[in-house]
Amino acid sequence: MELWYTDQHTDNVRFSMKVEKELVSLESFYQKINLLKTYDYGKVLVLDGELMITERDEFIYHEMAVHVPMAVHPKVKKVLVIGGGDGGSARELTKYDTIEQIDVVEVDAEVVRICKEFFPEVSDSLSDKRVKIHFEEGIRFARGIYDEYDLIIVDCADPYGPAEGLFTREFYGICWKALKEDGILINQHESPYYEQHARSVQMAHKHIQFSFPYSTVYQCHIPSYPSGHWLFGFASKKYDPIKDLDDEKWNNLGIQTRYYNTKLHQGAFYLPNYVMELLEI
Amino acid sequence: MLSFTQEDLPIFDALEKQRLERLVHFDVPGHKGGRGNKELKQCLGETCVKLDVNSMKPLDNLCHPSSVIKEAQKLAAEAFGADEAFFIVNGTTAAVQGMIMSVCKAGDKVIMPRNVHRSAINALVINGAIPVYINPGINKHLGIPLGMTMEDVERTILENPDAKAILVNNPTYYGICSNIVEIVKLAHKHGMLVLADEAHGTHFYFGENLPISAMAAGADMSAVSMHKTGGSLTQSSLLLTKNTVNADYVRQIINLTQTTSASYLLLSSLDIARKNLVKNGKEMFARMLQMADYAREEINRMEGYYAFGEELVDRNLTFDFDQTKLSIHTRDIGLAGIEVYDILRDDYGIQIEFGDIGNILAIISAGDRNLEIERLIAALSEIKRIYKRDKAGLFDHEYINPKIVMGPQEAFYAEKESLLLNDCSGRICGEFVMCYPPGIPILAPGEKITDDILNYTNYAKEKGCFMTGTEDMNIEYINVVK
Repeated sequence: MELWYTDQHTDNVRFSMKVEKELVSLESFYQKINLLKTYDYGKVLVLDGELMITERDEFIYHEMAVHVPMAVHPKVKKVLVIGGGDGGSARELTKYDTIEQIDVVEVDAEVVRICKEFFPEVSDSLSDKRVKIHFEEGIRFARGIYDEYDLIIVDCADPYGPAEGLFTREFYGICWKALKEDGILINQHESPYYEQHARSVQMAHKHIQFSFPYSTVYQCHIPSYPSGHWLFGFASKKYDPIKDLDDEKWNNLGIQTRYYNTKLHQGAFYLPNYVMELLEI
Repeated sequence: MLSFTQEDLPIFDALEKQRLERLVHFDVPGHKGGRGNKELKQCLGETCVKLDVNSMKPLDNLCHPSSVIKEAQKLAAEAFGADEAFFIVNGTTAAVQGMIMSVCKAGDKVIMPRNVHRSAINALVINGAIPVYINPGINKHLGIPLGMTMEDVERTILENPDAKAILVNNPTYYGICSNIVEIVKLAHKHGMLVLADEAHGTHFYFGENLPISAMAAGADMSAVSMHKTGGSLTQSSLLLTKNTVNADYVRQIINLTQTTSASYLLLSSLDIARKNLVKNGKEMFARMLQMADYAREEINRMEGYYAFGEELVDRNLTFDFDQTKLSIHTRDIGLAGIEVYDILRDDYGIQIEFGDIGNILAIISAGDRNLEIERLIAALSEIKRIYKRDKAGLFDHEYINPKIVMGPQEAFYAEKESLLLNDCSGRICGEFVMCYPPGIPILAPGEKITDDILNYTNYAKEKGCFMTGTEDMNIEYINVVK
C-alpha cells in the first residue's frame, strides 16, 4: 500500500509526496494539525490540509525571511515574529549575538508543542533565553504596542484560514506603529504565479503601501510551495534593501547559511516583468 | 397525523421527500429545478434551486396551512412560548403591519414610541389608524433615542382610554428596552393589547442573561425577525400571537398583502433556524455575548470610542440593554458614525450594520470568529490613529421629537405640492424622510417640518448617510400638504 499526501495548490493543480508514516494527527481549537514523515521532503508540517514547512526546504524560507532585513538594518535588538510557531525564524534570528529579544506570537499553542516534540531541527531555538513565546492573536498582541521593535517578521500561513487577519490593512498599520522610526517589516507574501494567490499578493502589497513609505517585494525559490516561486514583502520606514545593504559587515559575521548570501540578496529584488506589472512597481 | 418534535423539520422533510420521489413538474416555477435556467443553477447552486418549488398538497400552502406548514408553525409557537406562530415571507415589515392591522381599523388609536421602524407608520398610512406617539427619552451624550418611561406610558394610556393597543420596541436598533412587563400589566388593565417589534430581539427567546422576550412578558403579539440574529434567510420572519387575539383573523389580515407564492427557501429556512435555535441557541448566544463583551472592553480601553453597554441601564428610560449589540459612539474622535462606517468598508474591507450621526453598530452573531472581532477592533484602532480630529462642528443629536399635525394616512393622501426641501420650514410633510438603516423616520406624513429637522437632514446628507423615503430619488424636493 502506498500513502500519499496531496497539497492542493489550486482547484486544478495538485502537488503530492509519498508518505512514510504519519507522526501526528490532531485537531486543535484553531485547526487540524498533521506532521508527516515523507520520503523526499523529510518531515512535513500540515495545517488544515495545507503544507506549511518541510524539513528539506524550510531553510530557504527562514533564511530569506531573516537575513535579508538583518543585513540591511544596522542595529536590530528587538524582533517580533508573528506566527512562526515552528521556530524556524527564531532559529535564524538567534544566530545574531546583537539581538536581545525575540517575541514569537503564535496563536496556536499546539503547533509549538508538536514542533518542539517532533521537529527539533526547526524548533530548538525556541528554548533560547532571548526567545519569548506568546500564545495570542498576532493582531491583538501588536495592537497596543508603539515604537518598540526594530524588525517585525510575519511568518504565517496563507490568508484563507486563521492567518486571514495578517494580510489586512489594519494589521500592517498596527505593525507600522509598533516599529521604531527606522524599523523594517518582512511579510510572507505568497506566490504571484497562480491567479488566486496573485490577487492576494496584489491586495497585501496595496495594504502595506498605505502605511509604509517604502515597500517592495523580493523572491526566492521554495520547491514545495505552490509554483515554487515565492515572495516576501520588504516594507521599511527608512532603509532601502539594496542601498543600505552592508554586505561587508554581514559577511564578517561569519553566519552559516545554505541559501542566503549578500549577492543573492541584491538579485532577489530584481523582479520578473509580470510581477512588476502585478504590483505596479 | 404524526406528532412532531423540536428535532423535526416538517417543511424541509416534505421537500426532501418530494425531491426523492422525482415528481414530474407541470407547475411553476418554470425553471423546474434549474433545468430551465442553467445559469441560475450554476450561480445559486443545485440544492438551492431544487428547493424552490410551488405550494402543492404534500407541501401545504402558507395562505391556508393545514399540514406541514401548520406543524412547523406549531413547533415555532412552542419554541417561542407563543400560542400561535405565523411564518412570514415578506420581511418583518409584513409582520409589523400584520400586527397593527389586526388590532386597529381606520380612525382607531394606537400608542407607539416615535422611534418606530418605518414599517409601523407605513401600516398606519395603509389602514388609517391614528398614532399617539410617546416621545422616547434621549441620551444627550450619545444622541440616541431611548425607551419609554412608565410615567409617559401611564399618562398616555390615561389620556387615550380608547386606544386599541400599544406598540413596544423590544429592543430598539441600539439594543434599548422599555419595561415591557409593566407596560403589559398596565395596558391589559386598561383593556389595550401590547404589540412588540422584536425585529432585533430573536435571541431574547433562547439566550441567557438577555432582556425578557415579549411573549415571556405577556405581550399579545410580536414581530420577530428570524433572519436578523436567528439564522434564517433574509426576508423570512415570524409573527407570534397569544390566544388573546383571534389567530384566524390575524391570518386573514396577513393574507391581505402577503404573497400567494411563498418561497419554500424562506419557509424551510425558518424551520431549520427554529430547530437550530432550540438545540444550540443557548450556547450560540452565550458566545455572542462573550464576543460582544470582549470587543466592548477592548474598544473602551482604546479611549476616544465609547462602546456602550449595560451601564446605560437606569431602570427608567433604559429599562434594560441588549449586551449582544456592539454600538460604538464615535463623535469624540471627531468622526461621524457614518464616516467611520464608510472608512471601515472602503479602506478596511469591513461591513458593519449601520453608521448614523454619532454612532456605529456592529452585529455580532454565531457566524463570527475571534479573527473577525480582532480585525474590527484593530481597524477601529487604526482609524482613530490615522483620522482622529477635533470634534468641533459635529452634530450632537440623532433624534428630534416631531410635531404631529395630521394623521399619517390623511397627510399621505392629501393634496400635495413638491417643494425644495429647504423651503419647507413650517409646512406639513406628506411623505417619509429617513436614513436607512436604521429606518426610523426623521419625518413621517403629517408632521411639521422645522428648521431643526432641515438642519439635521442637510447634515446627514452631507456626511453621506443613505437617505430615502421621498418621491424624489435625490431627496432634494419634498411633498408637503397644500
